[in-house]
Order: sequence, then C-alpha cells, then structure tokens
Amino acid sequence: MIPFNFTKASASNPSRREFLIGAAAVAGAFVLGTYIPFAKRAFAQEGGGVPKGIFDPNVFLKIGADNTVTLISKHFEMGQGVTTGLATLVAEELDADWSSMRIEFAPNNAKLYNNLAFGPVMGTGGSTSTPAGWEQMRQVGAAARMMLVSAAAAKWNVPAAEIKVQKGVLSHAKSGKKATFGELAGDAMRVPMPAEVKLKAPKDWKLIGTKVPRLDSVGKTSGKAIFALDIRRPGMLTAVVKHPELFGASIASFDATEAKKIGGVVDVVQIPTGVAVLAKDTWSAIRGRNALKVTWDTSKAETRSTAEIFDEYRTLADEPGLSALKRGDAAAGLKGATKTVATEFTFPYLAHAPMEPLNAVLELRSDGAEMWSGCQLQSLDESTVADILGLKPEQIKINTLLGGGSFGRRGSFSPPGNPVGDWVIELAGIVKAIEGRAPVHMVWTREDDIKGGFYRPMALHKVKAGIDAKGNITGWQHATVCKALIIGTAFEPMFVKNGVDWTAVEGIVDTPYAINNFSVDWHNVKTPVPVLWMRSVGHSHTAFVMETTIDELAHLAGKDPLDFRLGLLAQQPRDAAVLRLAAEKAGWNKPLPTGRGRGLAYHYSFNTRVALVAEVSVNGATVKVNRIVAAVDCGIAVNPDVVEAQIQGAIGFTLSAVFRNQITLNKGVVEQSNFYDYEPTRMREMPKVEVHIVKSVENPSGIGEPGVPPVAPSIGNAIFAATGKRLRSLPMTPDKVL
Amino acid sequence: MITLNVNGKSYELDVSPEMPLLWALRDKLNLTGTKYGCGVAQCGACTVHIDGQAARSCSIMVGQAAGKTITTIEGLSGKVAEAVTKAWQRLDVVQCGYCQSGQIMSAITILTGNKKPTDADIDAGMEGNICRCGTYVRIRKAIHEAAKALA
Repeated sequence: MIPFNFTKASASNPSRREFLIGAAAVAGAFVLGTYIPFAKRAFAQEGGGVPKGIFDPNVFLKIGADNTVTLISKHFEMGQGVTTGLATLVAEELDADWSSMRIEFAPNNAKLYNNLAFGPVMGTGGSTSTPAGWEQMRQVGAAARMMLVSAAAAKWNVPAAEIKVQKGVLSHAKSGKKATFGELAGDAMRVPMPAEVKLKAPKDWKLIGTKVPRLDSVGKTSGKAIFALDIRRPGMLTAVVKHPELFGASIASFDATEAKKIGGVVDVVQIPTGVAVLAKDTWSAIRGRNALKVTWDTSKAETRSTAEIFDEYRTLADEPGLSALKRGDAAAGLKGATKTVATEFTFPYLAHAPMEPLNAVLELRSDGAEMWSGCQLQSLDESTVADILGLKPEQIKINTLLGGGSFGRRGSFSPPGNPVGDWVIELAGIVKAIEGRAPVHMVWTREDDIKGGFYRPMALHKVKAGIDAKGNITGWQHATVCKALIIGTAFEPMFVKNGVDWTAVEGIVDTPYAINNFSVDWHNVKTPVPVLWMRSVGHSHTAFVMETTIDELAHLAGKDPLDFRLGLLAQQPRDAAVLRLAAEKAGWNKPLPTGRGRGLAYHYSFNTRVALVAEVSVNGATVKVNRIVAAVDCGIAVNPDVVEAQIQGAIGFTLSAVFRNQITLNKGVVEQSNFYDYEPTRMREMPKVEVHIVKSVENPSGIGEPGVPPVAPSIGNAIFAATGKRLRSLPMTPDKVL
Repeated sequence: MITLNVNGKSYELDVSPEMPLLWALRDKLNLTGTKYGCGVAQCGACTVHIDGQAARSCSIMVGQAAGKTITTIEGLSGKVAEAVTKAWQRLDVVQCGYCQSGQIMSAITILTGNKKPTDADIDAGMEGNICRCGTYVRIRKAIHEAAKALA
C-alpha cells in the first residue's frame, strides 16, 4: 500500500501542517466557547460548532496501489456504525467505489484527530461523531479528489475540468485516458492541497442517504474482527484484580501464599485499588484471585443499603437545591392551578455491561509505553497512563481497537489520583508495580464489571405540576437528586454551568414543551460509589420523568396525550412533525382489545428528535411489549439503515432496564454479579420495531443515544393505558406492575 | 497432555483437564473468534459446536471435550454456515459484533435441525445468546432469510 502522503508530507510542508494544527486549535477554542450544553440546539440547527477550513486529506486517507481507500478514523467504533458513516462522507466527495473503502483507527493525537465538538480532545461520545465530522470528512474527500484530478490533468496534459471521476476511476473522454486512484496516488500526494473545495449539492449524492453495507460486517461475522480481548503480545501476562466488596474500601493486608501455589500464576502485586494476580492465562489468573486472602479497611466505605440512600435523596429533594432553571414563577403558577400532580420518581444504579468486559494491554518500553484498548477517550487515557508511569503523554502510543460494546463505559474519565481508579488506571498501576517486566493484559471478569461501579447514577425526582381549567400547564416545580458526573473532571468547562452538572438536568431544562412557569433544582450527593455516563446520560432518567408527567397531565386535563403534546409544541414544528409521524404510523387512534395499551413518548436529545409509540399486553404482573413504532428526525440520515439499527438497538438495550435491571446495595455490597441477576434483554422479549425517518435537509445530529430516552416512558404510558396504573419507579418489576 | 480436535486439526495441550474449553481455545490455541462474556453459560458469546451441537465453551472442561469434534467460528464450512453468514452480512445484523460469533453458531444449529424455523423456534434456539446492542430484530430476520436461501 502506498500511503497517500499520510503524515510524512504534512511534516515536510510546514505551512500546511501549521494551518492544520491551527485549524484544530481554533476549533478547540471555538468549540469550548460555544459548545456548552445550553447551546446544543444552536449547534445542530445552525451547524455553528464546526469550523470552516480545508482539512488535509493526507492525515485522514491512505490510497493503496490496490486502489483501496483507507479512512484513518479518529472515532471509535463500539457498534454505532460510525466508521461506516464517516467513510460514506469521504467516499461520497471522493467518488470512490464503496467496495474499496477500508477503516483503520487513528493513532492518539489530539492535534490531528480531535473531536471537533470536544475541543482539543480525541474522543468519541455524546453522539457527536457524525455531526462533528459532517463538514470535515466531506472536505477531506473533496480535497483528495481535487488532488487526484490535478495529478491526472498534469500527467495527461488535459484540462482538469474535463476529467471525470466515477467509482475510483478518473477518465478523460476526448483523449481516452483512464487511471485508477491507486495508479495516481503517488502523483497526487505531491499536488499542493487546494485552497478551497466545493462540496457536492445534495442532489448529486450517490452514497449519502443510501444503505451502503457496513465496513465491519464481514470481520464481525467470521471471528476475524479483533477486539482488545484478542490481543496477544510476546511474553504477555494476564492480570485479574481482586477488588473490595465495598466502594471506598482500601487494602489493609493480603496473603498471596495460596494464590501463588496455583499453576500458571506468576506474580501477585498490590495496586491502589486492589490486588492483582498475574498469570500465564486468564483461567489461572482467575483461580489465583479466588485463592487470595485480602483484609480490607472499610472505614471510608459506603455501607448503606439502597433504601437508606433513597431516603437521603428524598429528604434532599424537599430542600432548596442549586437552581438549574427558573422561568416565570412556578410557585405562583401552581397556586393558580385547578388540578395538580405531586409525584416522586426513582431510578436505580445501572451497569453498562458491554458484552466485551473491560480489558486492555499495556507494554512498557525503554522509550515509552504502548497500549491496545477499545477506548472512547484516547486523550484522557493517554494522560492517565503517562501520569502513572512517569512518562510524557507523547510517549504513550494507543492502538484503538473495535469495542465490544461500551455505552459510555469505555469513556471513563476518573482523574489520576481519584481514589476509585478505573480500569485504565488499574492497568497502568499493575504495569508500574511489576516495573514493566512483561506486557500486561488486564481483564475484568463479568463479575468485576457488574460489581465494579461507574454506574449510571441512582436518581430521585420530585415533580409538582398543575393545569388550569382549560388544561394549560400553569406551573412546574422539578427537583432532581443524583450524583454529579462531570464536576471535578476535565469536562467541567463544557458541562457545568453555575455549579450545575448539565448531565443531571438535561432533558428537563431544555425540553421543547412550552412550560412558562418552570423551576428546576438539582442536588448533588456524596458517596464513594463511582458513577459514569451511560448511553443517553441524564436523559436516561429525565425523559421518563418528563414524558410520564406530561402523560399524567394530559389525562388530568381530559385530553388525548398526542393532542396535549402537540399543543405544547405549537412553536416547535420539527418536534411536532416527529410526534405526528409516529402516531400516524402506529395507528394511534385505532382501538385495542382489553388488556392492551398504547403509550406515546417524545424526547429531544443530542439534537435529535425521537417519538415512540409502544403497544403492550398486560396480563396480571406480566407485561409483553408487542410492538414499538418509532419516528426519528436526526437531520440528514447519512445511512438510514444504520439509523434504523440504532433505534432498534436502543430499544433492545433499554428494555431490560425498563423491566428488571438494577444495581442494589445491601449494607454497601452490590447484590448483583452476573447476567443471571443482571440479565440483558433476550430474543423472546424483543418486540416488533418499525422505524420511520423524517426526510430532512438539516445537518446530521446524533443517533447512537437518542433512541434510549423515550423507551421507558412509552412503555410506562402504554401500561397506564392498559391498566390505569401509573408506574413511576424503574425498573417496572412485576410487584410494581400488579 | 490432552488432545483436542478443533476445526479438523488435532492439538496436544499441556493444561489442566479442568480448564474451561473457552480459555484453552482463546489463550492456548489463539482461536479468539470465540468470546468470553460471562463465564457461567448465561450469554452464549462462547458458543462453539461440539459434535455438531451448539455448546457453551466456558462451562465445558477441556477434559470433557477431549475426543469430541469441536468447531469454532473460524472453522465453519458448509451450506448452512454459508447461508447464515451471508444473511448476517446482507442485513448488516452486527453492531459491536462481539456476541455475533456465538449468535451465528447457535443459528447454524437451529437451521441444521429445522429447515423452516418459526419465530417461536428462533426464540427457543436463541434463548441462550445475549446481544447487548439489541440486534435481535435483525438476527431473527437473518435466520428466516438464511432458511429461505437454503430451501
């Protein structure tokens, strides 16, 4: 393969390189200044967050002599289809043949591969990859195309304007000349980068908006796709870590005598978060761990049970909190109400439980360290590892691999020194403890994953809302209690405003519903139980509260839940259109037999609009979700089939959280441990799903997460329609349904 | 020494007979297409074929597997395997893909014994395989498509 001027040439052309770095730095400044969450809506609608400027194709593309076009993907593939989507944008403007497209993950280099929505950070998350890459990836394709055309024009001595490009072949009709990308790549790499590029008009798109096959399908159906768990290095040892049963506990003492007797066990070392057993294979490491004897110091540990923690939340919710929103006068509005609701909602801790448990390989060398990992936030992992090993960040090389699921879990951001170090911190700690004697593959077992913390936070909401005689909302007081995700981390400038952690109140304060007298308070809580963002983050609980309450108010007003919502969206035509589409496709007004019910939920998140109509059968305590009809407006659907897959998947992912998944504590000890007591959705539970995508000319918005928030409320509202029972606590276990 | 017959080849392994087959495949034979998901036969990510039947390799000891015919995702061949894999690719079933080796191994077992599985047959046959990305709608469709292609 001939690298298409990959990094060498940019280094040899200082002005171009400076420009590129300059553009990235500008992007960072611009983004950090404007892409605060409260401006999220503006970001998508005006496309304001993405800087203009030409991006160097040499940084992002390799064109091989075999005509393959490899996109160096700055974004991590955890199943969301992002690599296929970004490659589509490049291939579209390049006029490449789709079958020639390939993907490689970019090396960790935030100067070249920063997420334009994050600022100077390389990372994937927040459903930002496609919106942030929309301009950039098309520019890369367009610039590379121009460079190939220039090379052909010079070689054939014909005007560039007469050259056509189609499916990876350049041709000139008059002279009969023809060449493939591969044949011209060597010449094209010496062509100066164009000063400006013109992107195709939407009417000329051949790939955008169509179902092109996923680039990762073949590898993932043949056993050939390589995940971090599949990495093998010469002399590599596998490590598993004995963690304390209680969050916040630390090691008092340990006895490794029996562990060291297990065949295959090579070493046992103490690290800040536990005791690591290193062995020649995974099974021996697990057996070694089972034989360890550790005494823990639990003086600073969380020792309460779930019910006690909720009691604390309940008390807090009644006190004044930090104000996240104050619009009009909620208290006065409530006084003027003719009917009110005063409700409490509870949400448990949730484990992400990606199918590939957390793991990574780290190898220390004389000049630095190399890591193999499925990671969402390379820049943060880079500095974490460097910090622990006493190296400079530029001495850390990260090989990003496919992630066997993540849902936020591989985007851990504990700052170094955090007493509850996460997996990458642990791995670096083990390598440090053995002084880099061997490459280490640290593997968390499923039990480590379920019991290991970094959960979606427990949350409690209290809502007081009222309507007048005409059914208009007169006031809404909302209190949320949950542990902050962002405060104290590198993401503070983006996600914390006036002391309020955006992830605690998103989905409430930015609701598209017209609520005039509206107050939202938030209470942070202190507990050593570590929390982390999980797919759709705050929306994973706030949407349930909002959409259940809206449904309750509609019934209180004697109005149809669809009409009631549409009334609140009179000024939001895009949102209303999505609701109407879902209702129409679901047959909203069609009567259902007794014992069945239909529920509606609408939610705006990550600049995307999703409405769901769930249809359920309730028989005693048993709920069966028969069918879910979805309508989605995510702007231009780069690949409608991937959009559909993300909505289908979001439903499958969320169903088990709706009905059974919860992490509970008994005197501080996590009561769940594996898939038998934290069971994801299974095949037989999967409803029929229909996905309808709104045709749009707006820039793309997120799709990995927005399918999640409306799932639980659409089902809750459907259960209410079937039984008259309102459910306000997740999961909706049989005792709550009955 | 334990002799394992995997994908038509014979391997001599110097491991404890109690080592789960999963770890022998992954850590000793470097056949990493078979995945670890739970270690307790709850998720099916480690599904292989033993004497033609889907089995959870995390819960079968090497000693029990000796002398049997073991097939992993890397060793698949034949019409059913081809139809299933093709259907998976045509419908772009995969998301993260981590569970899909196991899903495919179970689907092949269904279609080997049942030429025209109903939805209920698929529910029963795929009960042991978890997909956390929730690709079930497409898995079901792909199994029906593969059945049609084989008819």
